[in-house]
Amino acid sequence: MSDALDVNRSILVVGSGMCGLSAALEAAEAGFQVYMVEREPYLGGRVARMNKYFPKLCPPSCGLEINFRRIKNNPLIRFFTMAQVEKIKGEAGSFDVTITLQPRYVNEKCTGCGACAEAASTEIPNEFNYGLDKVKAAYLPHEFAFPMRYIIAPEVIGTEEAEKIKASCGYDAVDLTMQPQQFDLKVGAIVWATGWKPYEAENILYYGFGKNHNVISNVMMERLASLSGPTQGRITRPSDSAQAKKVAFIQCAGSRDENHLPYCSGICCLASLKQATYVLDQVPDATATIYFIDIRALGKYEDFFTRVQSDDRVTLIKGKAGEITEDPATGLVTVQVEDQATGKILRDQYDLVVLATGMVPNSSQEKVPADVAYDEHGFILNEQPASGIIGAGCTRKPVDVATSVQDGTAAALKAIQATWRR
Amino acid sequence: MDKKTGVYICTGCGIGDALDADALSNLATSEFKVASCKLSPILCSAEGLSLMRQDIDGAGIDTLVIAACSPRVMTDAFTFELDKVVERVNLREQVAWCHPAGDEDTQMLAEDQLRMGITKANEMQPLTPFEAEDMSKRILVVGGGLTGMTAAVEAAKAGYEAVLVEKAGELGGYLKDVLKLPPSRPPYEELQENTLATLAEAVAGNPKITVYTGAQVASIAGAPCLFDVQVQQNGSQVSERVGAIVMATGAVPYEAAKLAHLGYGTSPDVITASQLELMFKAANVTRPSNGQPVSSVAFILCAGSRDPEHLPYCSAACCVESLKQAKYFKEANPDTPVYIFYKDMRAHGHYELLYKQLQKDGVFFVRGKITGVEDDGSGSLVIAADDELTRSPMMSESVDLVVLANGMVSTSALGEPFKAQAPKEGEEEAEVPTDTILVSNILNLQYRQGPELPALKYGFPDSHFICFPYESRRTGIYPAGTVRAPMDYAAAVEDGTGAALKAIQCVEMVSQGKAVHPRAGDMSYPEFFMQRCTQCKRCTEECPFGAINEDEKANPIPNPTRCRRCGVCMGACPERIISFKNYSVAMIGNVIKSINVPDEYDEKPRLIVLACENDAYPALDMAGIRRLNYNAWMRIIPVRCLGSMNLVWIADALSKGIDGILLLGCKHGDDYQCHFIKGSELANIRMTKIQETLNRLRLESERVGLEQLSIADYSRLPEILDAFASKVEALGPNPYKGF
Repeated sequence: MSDALDVNRSILVVGSGMCGLSAALEAAEAGFQVYMVEREPYLGGRVARMNKYFPKLCPPSCGLEINFRRIKNNPLIRFFTMAQVEKIKGEAGSFDVTITLQPRYVNEKCTGCGACAEAASTEIPNEFNYGLDKVKAAYLPHEFAFPMRYIIAPEVIGTEEAEKIKASCGYDAVDLTMQPQQFDLKVGAIVWATGWKPYEAENILYYGFGKNHNVISNVMMERLASLSGPTQGRITRPSDSAQAKKVAFIQCAGSRDENHLPYCSGICCLASLKQATYVLDQVPDATATIYFIDIRALGKYEDFFTRVQSDDRVTLIKGKAGEITEDPATGLVTVQVEDQATGKILRDQYDLVVLATGMVPNSSQEKVPADVAYDEHGFILNEQPASGIIGAGCTRKPVDVATSVQDGTAAALKAIQATWRR
Repeated sequence: MDKKTGVYICTGCGIGDALDADALSNLATSEFKVASCKLSPILCSAEGLSLMRQDIDGAGIDTLVIAACSPRVMTDAFTFELDKVVERVNLREQVAWCHPAGDEDTQMLAEDQLRMGITKANEMQPLTPFEAEDMSKRILVVGGGLTGMTAAVEAAKAGYEAVLVEKAGELGGYLKDVLKLPPSRPPYEELQENTLATLAEAVAGNPKITVYTGAQVASIAGAPCLFDVQVQQNGSQVSERVGAIVMATGAVPYEAAKLAHLGYGTSPDVITASQLELMFKAANVTRPSNGQPVSSVAFILCAGSRDPEHLPYCSAACCVESLKQAKYFKEANPDTPVYIFYKDMRAHGHYELLYKQLQKDGVFFVRGKITGVEDDGSGSLVIAADDELTRSPMMSESVDLVVLANGMVSTSALGEPFKAQAPKEGEEEAEVPTDTILVSNILNLQYRQGPELPALKYGFPDSHFICFPYESRRTGIYPAGTVRAPMDYAAAVEDGTGAALKAIQCVEMVSQGKAVHPRAGDMSYPEFFMQRCTQCKRCTEECPFGAINEDEKANPIPNPTRCRRCGVCMGACPERIISFKNYSVAMIGNVIKSINVPDEYDEKPRLIVLACENDAYPALDMAGIRRLNYNAWMRIIPVRCLGSMNLVWIADALSKGIDGILLLGCKHGDDYQCHFIKGSELANIRMTKIQETLNRLRLESERVGLEQLSIADYSRLPEILDAFASKVEALGPNPYKGF
């Protein structure tokens, strides 16, 4: 590339979920220096918490393993966990970015041996499992965590327990004096791929999420079904840990609703079809009922829809669920819905109800600290006032894993071009 | 060149507590006479690393055996210069963390794993990247529609030259006949201008892009960075050398003539979506039957799509495209009655807002199954449907025009199966599964395995569409746009852009002698010892990526830049003539032979596990991280892919007295999880052949097993491994022990 001028050709990727990871790897393998910044203590983002992907029902860790190996083999990628972008100054070709690192209290000498976790006694809610269980105050974020490095919860810092944890480490890896740190990076372009979070189902008052024990969200279902999750993969009712046999899925819980998210979140239909297979694979006489408006199984995903639909234990009912109530005595949850096919008001009882909560871009609340244009829902627009900062994946529109990869790859090229000044 | 080997044993993380490290050290120095052997309480610490550095600099150590944690971790610490050979022995996750500390069996396991590691390291050679003359970094884009033009422009914007070949007389593809585009920006309710003119200008004005219109790719020979493309234009051929290829030939509408049940061909007023688009483009929307203006219209969605008789898949773009066309009518005259008959309205993402807008605009949406499109007797049409909302048959009001959203078919699906794939008759053995290659006349690859990309279901040419959507099964060729999967305009633009980067990345990696996905950066490549080749063709047939051609005498002609380094050819070769510098049949054979097999009176069976290093091996690590316990008779040998397993290893193992061999590979079949497409399936097929051999040798066939395992199945591992060990133990010792 002989016509490169004196500009910074390195790229900052913010977020290391499937989109950010792809953007970073594709750019680095094309020969560019890449810095990746991740808020969580591990790479992989939302997909690391998924049990399986639709439509192949394969584990996300399989693709992540390959991507992590690509990082390990590529000296052009540097990544920072527990890191956030504080400030961005400058323009395409010469951005100055300030990064803040939150203290992990464990340094790079950590070997992942686990002695600290044995020394810890306090238990804190397990964020990785959406608080469905607890974890020791010195912990590995999850089993496949990359980097494989422990973390000490701020809750115990300053206590005797912290000293005990420090004393248990044979590798001088625990540093209780760690403070938040700032440093600057000079980069030529920025890919913003901070992903999404589930819509706050508490806002849909008539579904009673947070009050009804046995009404959970679809992201929680992923952890419940996972062998590495809080129940070792048994899909149980939170109220009494009984196996869930009769499960309902409420589509468009928030999405396609002008009072909540007016857009369609794109992935929830397939996610619920997939989660129905989780339930049915566990218990032969289980049933799954899906309340939907339209089943949006685009492209080849139609096959998966056909396959799940053909199972006699699956019932699809067109209708938007109204009120959801739970009987405190039995834990059974009643879903009320008008069946649009018959016009009848249906009231059915379930062991467990899963809300297919929609997708909210993280960029709606945590904005890029720069002049970036959004739509009213917080999605980053394609057309921007200035070049060099590129929104990708679910910060741009609600998309599935494959599209995140596709979009992350496209964003990486846009970033490469932005560093190409003539 | 004599190798100088150093062995470095870490005693941290519980390894020193579980094992007698001095005994391991003695083994290295006495049994293998290595030049140096050092212990470290923390090998990954600065002190530990300096032990190795001193040996490299001071004692000329060029081969390092690091007996510590899994090769999946501490990769930064344990990376050395390219001229050093490094082999990692996993004493932590796969020995100390999953077997009882201080146990004799645990120690014996560690000793064997060390023997195996030293044996392998001693045979490994430093890597030298593959180089060739006249490597090109230019990108060929086949297809000059939205996706292809985007790919060419985006590659050029990043500084790369592109060659764009379009079959039609001018660029534009489907977009040429399109009036407006669905919304991609707020408020997501208004139609947007067609961007073709801007895009065409960007192509035309770009000195980095060479355009051939009215042209076709007559043939493509060679390999990444060395592709020689013959472009046929105006009866003459031009030769272009390129480095990588974006295949963007798009899709065609599903054949409307097959939709007679929806009135097509019966009434001239039943037309397709693209016919309607042309009418709007020409600003002449009239009824074909009488040339009168259209005062009412009905759209029938899923005309062909989502129909097992026609296209079982969803064409992904038609719901939104029909909403767009409904909007044309409503913009022209808000009072025009517009009906849309649909199954599910797939207005995903922001398109939902367009759907909402059209509901406000007064479009009638009917969810139901169409039962007929008929003449109402006055020359207009009525649509009969089973309305799902009212659960009753319904008839629409009479309309002037019926528009069929007739879906799309990938151009890669248009062709007859490649003839070399006709099944052979009278074959008793399980056959190697052949790829579906349709002769679609797009790339015309001069590849032994067939002229086009192998296709998955419905003719789409991808290979791992969830995690790695751009990957095809031909290295350096990236399908993008509607040829790859049904998609809308916005997605096609992204896809073209992403594919351009994949092509750029390919030329950058390959020109440095590096492999692309999934062993990205690997600098090893297979070398063929041709004197011993028997022209059996197995390597050329079994390579999942079509990397190996054949000459007229059936000698294999390797193309190292097409190679993904999985080793399937090495596993296939009965003469064992295919080797990588750091991975070969003889090397792994010697690793197996280095295992210390106690005699039968010791009652200590020995089992080997050949584990796919992409999934099964990490799962074994996870079992260790979870401190799960399993049988300690297992000796674990990672393989690049189970498809690289050569049957001679099984013979080696059995003749050495090994009691059982377990293969752990990825799921195969339609929803395969193998990163090399069919490696685990090939291993399975080879296994059926070994079973017969075992029976002839009067060895129980149960001594060799294969399990399909995903990376997340680690909690099942103890059960699988223990069950296999018990089964083999029950069979009694291998009678060849001690021979």
